[in-house]
Amino acid sequence: MQDVITLRHVWAGYEDDVVLEDINFSVRPDDFIGLIGPNGGGKTTLMRVLLGLVKPLRGQVSIMGKPPELGREHIGYVPQIIDFDRSFPITLFDVVRMGRLGHRKLFHRYNAQDNEIAMAALRDVEMESLKDTPIGELSGGQRQRVLIARALASQPQILLLDEPTSSIDPKVSTSIYELLQRLNERMAIILVSHDMNAISSYVKTIGCVSRKLFYHAEKAVTAEMLEAAYQCPIDLIAHGLPHRHLEEHVHEEAAL
Amino acid sequence: MINTIWSALQYGFMQNALITAVLISIACGIIGTYVVLKRIVFLSGGVAHAAYGGIGLGYLLKIPPLVSALGFSLLASFSMAWVHRKTKERSDTIIGVMWALGMALGIIFVDLASGYKADLMSYLFGSILAVSQLELMLMAVMDILIIVLAALFFKEFLALSFDETFTTIRNVAVDWLYVILVGMIGLTVVMMMRVVGLIMVIALLTIPPAISNMFVKEMKKMMVMSILLSLVFTTSGLLVSYLIDLTSGAVIIMISGIAYLLSYVGKNLYQIFKNRQAGVEVHE
Repeated sequence: MQDVITLRHVWAGYEDDVVLEDINFSVRPDDFIGLIGPNGGGKTTLMRVLLGLVKPLRGQVSIMGKPPELGREHIGYVPQIIDFDRSFPITLFDVVRMGRLGHRKLFHRYNAQDNEIAMAALRDVEMESLKDTPIGELSGGQRQRVLIARALASQPQILLLDEPTSSIDPKVSTSIYELLQRLNERMAIILVSHDMNAISSYVKTIGCVSRKLFYHAEKAVTAEMLEAAYQCPIDLIAHGLPHRHLEEHVHEEAAL
Repeated sequence: MINTIWSALQYGFMQNALITAVLISIACGIIGTYVVLKRIVFLSGGVAHAAYGGIGLGYLLKIPPLVSALGFSLLASFSMAWVHRKTKERSDTIIGVMWALGMALGIIFVDLASGYKADLMSYLFGSILAVSQLELMLMAVMDILIIVLAALFFKEFLALSFDETFTTIRNVAVDWLYVILVGMIGLTVVMMMRVVGLIMVIALLTIPPAISNMFVKEMKKMMVMSILLSLVFTTSGLLVSYLIDLTSGAVIIMISGIAYLLSYVGKNLYQIFKNRQAGVEVHE
């Protein structure tokens, strides 16, 4: 299977401030990766690099074999719901149709095919019955689903989510993660979050971004990751983790 | 009173004023909606005030001020849009500086100009009754341009206003769209300047969409409602100012402002009433 995303020796940052250092990262088509890390550790920058919004200072980024400015058409991006103005006068269906923008060129209206794809995306997230509802009347979880549907409407190979459950109550979060697990049968998913407890039971592998990327394509959260990420005693944090993984990995390393 | 209004309508200047009201309401409803939703009120204010440089230039070069204002306003729009896109921070400071420079330039041009300058005030405070035939034609052309552009780029402008990052990722030429949008603001502002004056342009540009946004939940409907509201405000303001002999621009803005306050208070009271109603139902 060919990798959908490859980063080789990528350095990125703003002006003289290096935020990401020598990132090497590959994503396979069936991956479900949770990226954790402290605030300011470079998670957002890494996402912006993948989306072609930030040019790396050095190194190579390839999305589906193309540079990110072109390859990003294969990425379905799901931003945080708190970034949106609730009073914006737009229906749920019109939000989802935005996913068709790259496919329907300037001066052309959305056509029947676009509408069909948008409806299919709404069915995927189980929101089709609310299609004419203004977004301001939806709950947080519902708005998150709409943004996922919008990403799906662009028929992506990769789904990239920014803190999809940060402002949603835990019950609703669970249903969102279950939805993502279903979608993972069709596409690669990368999920960025600062909440590792929430994601650890749903993702297939976990990585940690803190200036560098600690990712071994495994579910284990290694001591090295945690130290890099949080710079504090490990056993203190290990409490909240799937303990088994941590132990296994520490053990492995000791054996080496 | 009906008779007074009827006889007033027989005058050519009054008919021109009413046609002007219709023309600017169309531009104002469409563009004002984007200004409010995209939150570029300050930038629009900058464009309006910088356009005064064009008014001054018109007096200096003895060309119709609205024509030179149009050129100046488009220049200001494009440069402000560019600054807004390309500087990472403090774009509002730079826009503020351009705002003031445009006005200062206008005042100096007027100082340097010779001859009759009495109607200069009409550009600051508006004078819907003094609109000439040439200006009407110019406004009609600008209106058509605005309608055509808004229709051509409808789905892109909607996406740009709602979520610029996502629009960029879908490889829509966001920078160009933004420049076009701000250029359209430049056109609108020049038209409106004739009616309410550049100082009050922002009020008429933002109040109708702000009221509409409280009541409708779709952008197209918001535009239509804004156009209608703007038409009501300008025509009623025009008639009231005619009847009691006040500055028309100021009366139009007063009526708009009062309507805004009333709808704001009304909407909130209704919300409280509805919540209380819902509360009662839960208790029962």
